Amino acid sequence: MNRRVVVTGMGAVTPVGIGVRNFWANLKAGVCGIGPITRFDASRVKSSLAGEVKNFDPLDWLEKAEVGKMDRSAQFAVAAASEAMQLSGVAGTVDPNRAAVYLGTGIGGFETNEANCFKLFDKGPRRVSPFFVPMMIANMPAGLLAIRYDFRGAALPAVTACASGTNAIGEAVRAIRHGYADVALTGGTEAPIVEVGVAGFNSMKALATAEDPNAASLPFDARRAGFVIAEGAGVLVLEEYERAKNRGAKIYGEIVGYGSTCDAYHMTAPRPDADGAARAVVEAIREAGWQAGESVYVNAHGTGTHLNDVAETRALKIAFGEDEARRLAISSTKSATGHMLGAAGAVEAIVCLKALAENVAPPTINLLEPDPECDLDYIPSTKREAKFDLALSNSFGFGGHNACLAFRRIGG
Amino acid sequence: MDVFQMIATALADRYGLDASEITPETELISIGVDSLDAAELLMALEEKIGVEIEPTKKLATIKDVVATVEAAQNESDSF
Repeated sequence: MNRRVVVTGMGAVTPVGIGVRNFWANLKAGVCGIGPITRFDASRVKSSLAGEVKNFDPLDWLEKAEVGKMDRSAQFAVAAASEAMQLSGVAGTVDPNRAAVYLGTGIGGFETNEANCFKLFDKGPRRVSPFFVPMMIANMPAGLLAIRYDFRGAALPAVTACASGTNAIGEAVRAIRHGYADVALTGGTEAPIVEVGVAGFNSMKALATAEDPNAASLPFDARRAGFVIAEGAGVLVLEEYERAKNRGAKIYGEIVGYGSTCDAYHMTAPRPDADGAARAVVEAIREAGWQAGESVYVNAHGTGTHLNDVAETRALKIAFGEDEARRLAISSTKSATGHMLGAAGAVEAIVCLKALAENVAPPTINLLEPDPECDLDYIPSTKREAKFDLALSNSFGFGGHNACLAFRRIGG
Repeated sequence: MDVFQMIATALADRYGLDASEITPETELISIGVDSLDAAELLMALEEKIGVEIEPTKKLATIKDVVATVEAAQNESDSF
């Protein structure tokens, strides 16, 4: 069985806007979502900036009694899923047993974890919340969405660090493609802006420590010095193409390819030869039926770490060949959002769908001093208007996880 | 504040309920309080009164919670 899989709903909670419309308008306009950390007192850690979701009120989506029992990461997932479900109109049209949830998160309930550790240290074990474990475990956002929408098929998390959102969507595509489900809610969520998290990434030397929000998240720029931690969620409703068409659903695009590989090399560093990343891209573009000469947009993983940016550039050259790689229109929207870890790939999937639908690719903002080792077209500073045939989203995660999704608009 | 009032206020704060609608006979499940919620409620009350609360029977109604808290207080007073 090899069925076509289309997107019929999208929802976004990001540092540059809540809701797909706000998010996309700000991204195209080059708005920077990075600012001083307000989630905790950042005076003790080296990094003072983050991509925080502004003005998020969980009561817009949840009852008061629910809010205190959901980690911030789960609240984001509910908000993004609500938007996606509403846009799709799929509720009530699908047999619950044929509806699945594949939701990624890199970490899980990081805030819940930290808060309860503080309670343990300060007040002892009797003050550790009975909701500590259910709020912290990384599968709970998937479980909560299944409960919320009565989706009774598979409900699985993808936990592949910064590739989680992309892997979740890819696995959901395979589930529908091969007949295990007809509809899936899928994407990723993350709320990692906590002191212990920033401290840990700081100790790895993975985070930028710049104080200027426009000179911190600098993918492919020679000045770059690490990524900027961010939070958010992206959720898609995926459906088998014929059922979506038959019920008259608005179709936002088709997911035509997925690649998933592992470097099997190092806990955090990508393979210098970029073989694993290149194979993920090759798998995705083969499934997508890519042909030389097509106009391709790539939403890069583009974290703004030296290791990633150089390896990703190499991977694209291996996958497409040097000449075709030079024709790619590539941008890293992490320049504007920061790095939403397990949510990044899901939000960036939405970027690919919008780029195909509107014939415009958002820029890599603040890219002023191109790194000589990164010599492709990264759409610096301002958006690019072009009719793309194919869009790709790359995500790579600690653990050596490499994932790539390929999108086309429906009907060419 | 008596124990019942303290419990009603805590529940109202947590669940956005109207405290005046909570009576001793109110069943916990009817206001959406399951076993995890009840455990969390007792933790909050423990924090407030500074006495360890260990329920010895299943908590079905607000009255059961009041009795459990009062028993804990009495036990602590007898020391």
